[in-house]
Amino acid sequence: MKQLGDIAGVFAYLSLLTVGGGMAAFPELKTLTVDVYHWVTFPELLHFYSLGQLAPGPNMMMVASIGVVVAGLPGAAVALVAFFLPTGLLTFAIGRLWSHLAAWRWRPAVQLGLGSVSVGLVLAGAIIMGRGALTDLLYAALAVVVFFLLLRTKINPAYPIVASGLIGLLAHWLEYTPVR
Amino acid sequence: MSAPSSSSASPAPSLGKIFWIFLVMGATSLGGGVVGYLRTGLVVRQRWLDDVTFVELLSISQTLPGLNATNMAILVGDRLRGWPGALLAMLGMCLPGAALMTAAAFAYSVGGDDPWSKAFLHGIAAGAVGLIVVVMVQLGSRVLKGLADYVFVLATAAAVAGFGVQVPYALLAAGALAIWWHRPRRRDGGDAK
Repeated sequence: MKQLGDIAGVFAYLSLLTVGGGMAAFPELKTLTVDVYHWVTFPELLHFYSLGQLAPGPNMMMVASIGVVVAGLPGAAVALVAFFLPTGLLTFAIGRLWSHLAAWRWRPAVQLGLGSVSVGLVLAGAIIMGRGALTDLLYAALAVVVFFLLLRTKINPAYPIVASGLIGLLAHWLEYTPVR
Repeated sequence: MSAPSSSSASPAPSLGKIFWIFLVMGATSLGGGVVGYLRTGLVVRQRWLDDVTFVELLSISQTLPGLNATNMAILVGDRLRGWPGALLAMLGMCLPGAALMTAAAFAYSVGGDDPWSKAFLHGIAAGAVGLIVVVMVQLGSRVLKGLADYVFVLATAAAVAGFGVQVPYALLAAGALAIWWHRPRRRDGGDAK
């Protein structure tokens, strides 16, 4: 029971940080699930997070995976409800108020201000994730190639990401030794 | 309905239809970029929204906490059929991915320690970093207007990733500063005094 309460608290808290997307919550996600509660190791978190990028729908469904690791199916259910209910209710309420807010003088300031801060949080998340995932030259090169491919083409991101996984397999098969 | 409807003349779709359409989008929007799938589904195919309304709802979704995909589902569902529509749209959007990631966790507990799985997942994680940086660049190209905005980005990222400042503090401090920077100013004395 205590664990379910912890899951509810952690994911409800994290959900409020997802300004500008799920990645904005990644730094706190790592701190809480890896360093504070020891639910998963950092590599495990990276694995679930990246698998979550391949799953359809909202890109943070990996909270269900962490719920499973901690407390099985009930853990997954609690993690999902805690992660989506608070912000869901907030969005619902603000959505109804929005027509009143349309003429609010501060609205553009809030949108622009939060916009730049949310880009900063996503950058912080990418840096922290990169520290764990880009362990040597090969993996750093993979990230750079995927970056330019997605920036320059309209290809579905699932393809280059799965291809990166296959290159990881190939590296293992060839007994690749890390180049730092 | 309590929420104002968009300009479309067609009657509001049934709750079952709303759930089904969002379920299909939730199951097929592979590889991120949910926004593109939402626009195709809601504006082009179903014509539940026009493009102006879509962009307006998207800007609400991006400003508020919560994921764009679920925030959009809630806002669109509410516009179509009030709160039951919002609830069913969100459930439809989330169920396929949630089921898949739940199953993935059980599979991981069986085969996750295998060196082949680890090699595959390590590769995927590297690719995902590339994806996240692209998403950041695209988000940034829309919201970053001037030099000051880039300073806010770098200051926030350095505080969180470099100095380990907790995200809520960074969000409150940098957010307040950035909002104040963009504060409404009087234009050419039109409504001054």
